[in-house]
Amino acid sequence: MARFEVNGRSVQNQGPDDAPLLWVLRDELGLSGTKFGCGVGQCGACTVHVDGQAIRSCLTPVSAVDGMKVTTIEGLGAGGVHPVQAAWVEAQAPQCGYCQSGQIMQAAALLAANPSPSDAEIEAAMDGNLCRCMAYVRIRKAVKLAARKGAGRSAARKTEVRS
Amino acid sequence: MNRPLIPDPSRRRFLIAAGAAGAAFGFAATAEAAISLGPYSGAPAFEPSLWYAIDAQGIVTVNVVRAEMGQHVGTALARIVADELEADWDKVRIVHVDTDPKWGLMVTGGSWSVWQSYPFLSQAGAAGRIALIEAGAKMLGAPASSCIARKGKVFAGKRSVSFGDIVAKGGLRSGFTDKELAALPIKPASERRLIGGEFQARDIPAKTDGSAVFGIDARIAGMVYARPVLPPTRNESKVTSVDESAAKAIPGYRGHLVLDDPSGTVPGWVLALGDSFIAADRAVRALKVSWENGPTAKVSDADLEARARALIADESAGSLVVADPDVEAAFAAAKSKLEAEYATDAALHFQMEPLNALAFERNGVFEIHTGNQWQSLILPTLAKALGRPEASIVLKTYLLGGGFGRRLNGDYAVPAALAAKALGKPVKLVFTREDDTLFDSFRSPSVQRVRMAFGEGGRVTAMDHAAAAGWPTEVMAPFFMPKGANDRPFDPFAINGANHWYSVGAHRVRALSNDLANRAFRPGWLRSVGPGWTNWAVESAMDEAAHATGQDPLAFRLKMLDGVGRNAGSAPNAVGGAKRQAAVLSRVAKAAGWGGKLPAGVGLGLATTFGQERDMPTWTACAARVRVDGKTGEVKVEKLHLVVDAGAIIHPDGALAQMEGAALWGLSLALHEGATFKDGQIQETNLGAYTPLRMSDVPDLAIEFVDSDHAPVGLGEPATTVVAPALGNAIFNAVGARVRRLPIRPQAVLEALKTR
Repeated sequence: MARFEVNGRSVQNQGPDDAPLLWVLRDELGLSGTKFGCGVGQCGACTVHVDGQAIRSCLTPVSAVDGMKVTTIEGLGAGGVHPVQAAWVEAQAPQCGYCQSGQIMQAAALLAANPSPSDAEIEAAMDGNLCRCMAYVRIRKAVKLAARKGAGRSAARKTEVRS
Repeated sequence: MNRPLIPDPSRRRFLIAAGAAGAAFGFAATAEAAISLGPYSGAPAFEPSLWYAIDAQGIVTVNVVRAEMGQHVGTALARIVADELEADWDKVRIVHVDTDPKWGLMVTGGSWSVWQSYPFLSQAGAAGRIALIEAGAKMLGAPASSCIARKGKVFAGKRSVSFGDIVAKGGLRSGFTDKELAALPIKPASERRLIGGEFQARDIPAKTDGSAVFGIDARIAGMVYARPVLPPTRNESKVTSVDESAAKAIPGYRGHLVLDDPSGTVPGWVLALGDSFIAADRAVRALKVSWENGPTAKVSDADLEARARALIADESAGSLVVADPDVEAAFAAAKSKLEAEYATDAALHFQMEPLNALAFERNGVFEIHTGNQWQSLILPTLAKALGRPEASIVLKTYLLGGGFGRRLNGDYAVPAALAAKALGKPVKLVFTREDDTLFDSFRSPSVQRVRMAFGEGGRVTAMDHAAAAGWPTEVMAPFFMPKGANDRPFDPFAINGANHWYSVGAHRVRALSNDLANRAFRPGWLRSVGPGWTNWAVESAMDEAAHATGQDPLAFRLKMLDGVGRNAGSAPNAVGGAKRQAAVLSRVAKAAGWGGKLPAGVGLGLATTFGQERDMPTWTACAARVRVDGKTGEVKVEKLHLVVDAGAIIHPDGALAQMEGAALWGLSLALHEGATFKDGQIQETNLGAYTPLRMSDVPDLAIEFVDSDHAPVGLGEPATTVVAPALGNAIFNAVGARVRRLPIRPQAVLEALKTR
């Protein structure tokens, strides 16, 4: 029975230990901002952070996050709107929006690890996140905008404060 | 030609609310709509038309019947109302309404939303403005003729009264007759304050913080989860037995249902039920279902293609969409001729939100909570399936995690409704990605034959185009099919594009329904529909013709885009006709450096389109620059230039986003997508096997809009239709390899290189 933290709140999984984290988040914890897309870890719609790392929650059994800190899109802007989210609005990146929680979580993790990524680094990090509306031009623009606004640096500071 | 197909909102637009004060039914209902963007006061309202209401706090609630699926349609439509009304944009609220007969036809597709809505939303806005000025003038003690409305207030000189205060006082004029509304003064383009310019889409913030609610997020206490066990064929399979012994061991398993569907929408379906999606999902894998297979269980691509070729070869088959006399005479007299076959493989919608629906009965009404693009189409089917009148069924409108035409076909709501009825409980049906693919109403594979006849100097004297594919409209909405010159119905969404604006002499277009496809699967409308593949043939053939007759492909096209005869165009939608298509084509060629020198292995290719239908031309042109690796056949797209003339642009940034997405869809369909139909099923059921374009595949994009005050037309699809032929033509210009099948695979490029 996995115990873990979601967006700063302690939770305990009531269902099977091998249930994918995605469905525990969505159906048990009511955090429906994380999306189900392909179920095989190849579209990125289900991306969340586990101890700061971007992972695919559709493939991650809930038991694997026992004792860890999970952040979902709902918790990303815990201290206000996260700079990545602000950049997403400024760039008017989303179209249908279904993939965007995952895109934003992926981008936030990228910038936390690499505050000013090159184009190639952005592509390498974001290529696993499918956008079926093909809003890629603006997603790339939003990542760069967030980098310029110091999203990575502020995320790093936040992590330091926490630890 | 397509006039009868276009939903006529005029039947609806003049339903003027009876009084100024008091909440009308529609207003009360919108308070609980699934999507509502903006503040809601609940105060009594003035409803100058069905389409919006203004409350005593001055909040303007715009009722949007179109589905939000990424096009920011609510923002664009509300902006049209607000501009003409002279409303304060900060006080505009957008509601995506639930189904109700009063809205008339509810459909979101065809790139129609702005084009169809603009005239009547403008008039509705003008009616409100005039009524508010009349009443406001009285309050200000000034003649109405000296008053103006701006930003939610009526002004007499420097004195003003707000819309909210005017509404609170009451007594507003609201009984405009049809004639009066039609004669209302719509502002000239120079007076537009909210149309055009820079502003943000209202639906975007919620899409960045997890608060946006899609159909898959809809939930209600006590709901049972369901996942389908799909039959071996889309149609005609029957369940013979279900063995649930292994499923019983799954925690949370709640049994299964063999669906009995009076509407015939989901034959051979079994649903696994569970306390959670996980339980239902696992139960599907544990259930052992046997079927009596439908007769198409062995049908594969080769069979579909053979059937298409047989139809094309039978000159007596099909519907004549364009039927000039003397086509054969022109071919008989031709100095030279060209004949080519073009094909496209099946293409999946692969919208990222897998199909889903939540259904339950409440207070005598059956509620369906899901994302849908054509509510008016599925309601009668739901009524038949449930055995109850349409009036007692409501579709609640959610955000769509991608539409692209998949959700025009609301078939996925039927099994949820049937299960909810059978169980007497709310049922939440969720498809996995693989289920979604297997149940997709994908774009049918197609085969086309184009013949062209040439006279002196390579002048085109005749064109004969036959196109065969599964017909979505025949299968799902036959009442939407007009008749050809030989009195046979045709699916406009499986032939539009072939009826182009080039002057080609004697022109014949024959549309052929692939009956085997219609039976083996459910053909679907996919973004850009007919022109998404007919334009592949038209624009590839134009290039082939130019090269075959020794002409420059640009000059060759421009000569035929002469705006003569039926291609002259007419008001209000096609003013200028083919001349406007010539203009975008010339402009894109210039922007891309057409005629300039390019390195070896690099080519520039052109293609153009009038968009989705002749009645609503969106003049579009593309120049693609590619680099072709002669050893591997790999095609690298370096840059796409696009120029579009879509008339007045309501939401410029949204329009650009649509163009970007549509162009990349075109690229993805051209190079990255394509599915195999084998033994009655699509084989590529998930990512890995099916590979839509990713960020690293995105080339440079240069998109230009023609500055125009003409009627605004649709933008969501036309760019999709030009990219593939521009690429094919660029590949030819780069290395001399002519490809005639989509997607363009490296192997095909290599083979074409051998035969050059």
